[in-house]
Amino acid sequence: MSKKILSVILAAVLVLCGTFALASCGKKDDASKGADTSDLKVGFIFLHDENSTYDLNFINAANEACKALGFDESQFIFKTNIPEGQQCYDAAEDLVEQGCTIVFADSFGHEPYLIEAAKKYPDVQFCHATGTRAHTEGLNNYHNAFASIYEGRYLAGIAAGMKLNEMIKEGKFTADQAKMGYVGAYTYAEVISGYTSFYLGARSVCPSVTMEVTFTGSWYDEAAEKEAANKLIANGCKLISQHADSMGAPTACETAGVPNVSYNGSTVSACPNTFIVSSRINWAPYYEYVIGLVKDGKAAEIDTDWTGTLKTGSVVLTDVNTNAAAAGTQEAIDAAKAKLENGELHVFATTGDNAITIGGKSVDSYMADVDTDANYEKDTEAVADGYFHESEKRSAPYFDAKIDGITLLDENYGS
Amino acid sequence: MARNENKVKEPLFHIVKRSSVKWYQAWGVRIASIAAALIVCALVTMFLTGKDPLKVYETMINGAFGSEKRIWNLLQGIAMLLSVSLAVTPAFKMRFWNIGAEGQVLIGGLATAACMIYFGDKLPTWALIIVMLVASIAAGAIWAFIPAFFKANWNTNETLFTLMMNYVGIQLVSYFVTVWEVPKGSGQIGIINQSTRAGWLPTIGDYDYLLNIIVVLVMTIGMYIYLRYSKHGYEISVVGESENTARYVGINVKKVIIRTMLLSGAICGITGLLLVAGTNHTITTSTADGRGFTAIMVSWLAKFNPIMMILTSFLLVFMQKGANEISTVYRINQSFSDIITGIILFFIIGCEFFINYRIVFRHKNKEEK
Repeated sequence: MSKKILSVILAAVLVLCGTFALASCGKKDDASKGADTSDLKVGFIFLHDENSTYDLNFINAANEACKALGFDESQFIFKTNIPEGQQCYDAAEDLVEQGCTIVFADSFGHEPYLIEAAKKYPDVQFCHATGTRAHTEGLNNYHNAFASIYEGRYLAGIAAGMKLNEMIKEGKFTADQAKMGYVGAYTYAEVISGYTSFYLGARSVCPSVTMEVTFTGSWYDEAAEKEAANKLIANGCKLISQHADSMGAPTACETAGVPNVSYNGSTVSACPNTFIVSSRINWAPYYEYVIGLVKDGKAAEIDTDWTGTLKTGSVVLTDVNTNAAAAGTQEAIDAAKAKLENGELHVFATTGDNAITIGGKSVDSYMADVDTDANYEKDTEAVADGYFHESEKRSAPYFDAKIDGITLLDENYGS
Repeated sequence: MARNENKVKEPLFHIVKRSSVKWYQAWGVRIASIAAALIVCALVTMFLTGKDPLKVYETMINGAFGSEKRIWNLLQGIAMLLSVSLAVTPAFKMRFWNIGAEGQVLIGGLATAACMIYFGDKLPTWALIIVMLVASIAAGAIWAFIPAFFKANWNTNETLFTLMMNYVGIQLVSYFVTVWEVPKGSGQIGIINQSTRAGWLPTIGDYDYLLNIIVVLVMTIGMYIYLRYSKHGYEISVVGESENTARYVGINVKKVIIRTMLLSGAICGITGLLLVAGTNHTITTSTADGRGFTAIMVSWLAKFNPIMMILTSFLLVFMQKGANEISTVYRINQSFSDIITGIILFFIIGCEFFINYRIVFRHKNKEEK
């Protein structure tokens, strides 16, 4: 009997809580009105939570940006573990209802749902990282962003090339045995652009280098990435890099004692003897840029396609691990970085010493698939002034050429 | 004999099956267990996070009912879970353990998506929707028919068979995602016919999910009547109680098994249609989102009563929405909300034991008796 009484009391408490919750919710709505910038509210949608290195990179940036802007906790809402489906639309709508005037999302598959939300809420800015459709959708409040990560990979490639040079000098192998291995997720422009720029960076200092690429067909598959790295090492690759989110490849390298150039953050703690350097995108500058404009009432000025660069601080390299890297690596990176920043050097050069060639021929023209469509129509000329203009026609990478020097062991277009 | 009995050490308590349980007793136990679950959750919350547990419950309720939109999302969540639960219920009532609802829903959704992609610009909307409806029902029904056919004819183990059909379904969806993906290599289809909206189920007024909810409500009432008042429903319960009895009274057991599973699969197919054409407008391997398995719990907890299933699916969806809100508001990992949901489910499922059995403590004054 006492249990029953207790249950009645608890039920009553619950009902009261509910009423209170609804009442307090009403109050919040009133408070969010007004022009004061301290009322600005920003919502973030993340595919996973902080256990994914990919999302952690976004979550850290969001925290950093909100802190830099002096936001208190009530001014930014994180929605984690939002799948790439209608739940993304529901989450965006819920953020808008809670008073957010800017909504960020971090995963490629969120895009179509965010576009739906942008159509429904024209007064809210929707900013989507890694997407491709903002420039063709024609919505004033829907924006894409990416970063010129190919520049970061190019710089990381220089570190790789210097390491190869050092090993050649030490007599570990000859110059024509200099072969690198690359573990990619999918045979997809973002990955192709990434490994090509990495390769070009290495070749800029070690002209004889070649590279083998294999794909796992997943953004996160520790076992497959490890196996892929081992396969490349067995094939005679002297150095490994990867574009996938797990620790599979770096740990395989550490076990085999093969140098590794990492991605999305330092792996030095797990791989103290083989980690050389890592590049990653820092999203904080983009968040600060968008929030800053909205705060000043200039939402209309947000770029439809925003590409972060070395200059904006969006493309960053970790510290070089002097245990593994060749001497003078940092200096070489800094020199190339300065040249990239002032436009003297272009990653995908079509002329000059380190020019890309396809099938032995130089590249004067390349039609890229910039506008998303079901038929992958090549719609935009990307080569001009002696280089391929990556991330200029839209923010997300579209370089998908298979250039000489790189061998694809397999291809993987998904699932 | 009496003397010997006194020497036997009687345990502190023992368990006795309740002969008959009155509905208010059963609900008393259930409510008490929810209350106990909430108290344990409160203690765990305080211990692990240092948050005020009442505030945490307030957040949960706010997460589910906090705004009109949230209430709609809650109703949509209930409708989708309930729809799958309705599908598995007739099979369960027949003691046919259909744990293949996940695959049946996916295949129904896959058929829907195929129609939207291939006929989207070829058929007028009304014709397209009819084609989608027929295709999804047929696909779901076929997926359920295969294990039913083998069970009826060769008495194969339906639990394993339906379970394995799930994986076949998931792989098929995965394959077609690769075929239809946009852009190539991205591993996803994106919203199908986003510009033309061809094959999207119509929305009633401004309410995106109202149609889904109405469809499921109608199916719920239909299923209740079917199981309770129709001859088919009666045959299902007889086959469930005893196949031999069913045979003795002249019921064609084979026919009942296959017919019931066709119905089960067809409703899963409709759920796939609602999820693909009425909700997500895309298909991925996670479109069914585990509902095929959660539905088993919804159906069992409600004792296979479709009307009670509204309540049990509400309970599960409410907890999920509330738990998500906790992790958002307090910025704690979603695993915490899974812990809370787990505790509550443990108590709710556990309480069924106390409904069927009661604990009798050792009597101190046994001799006097």
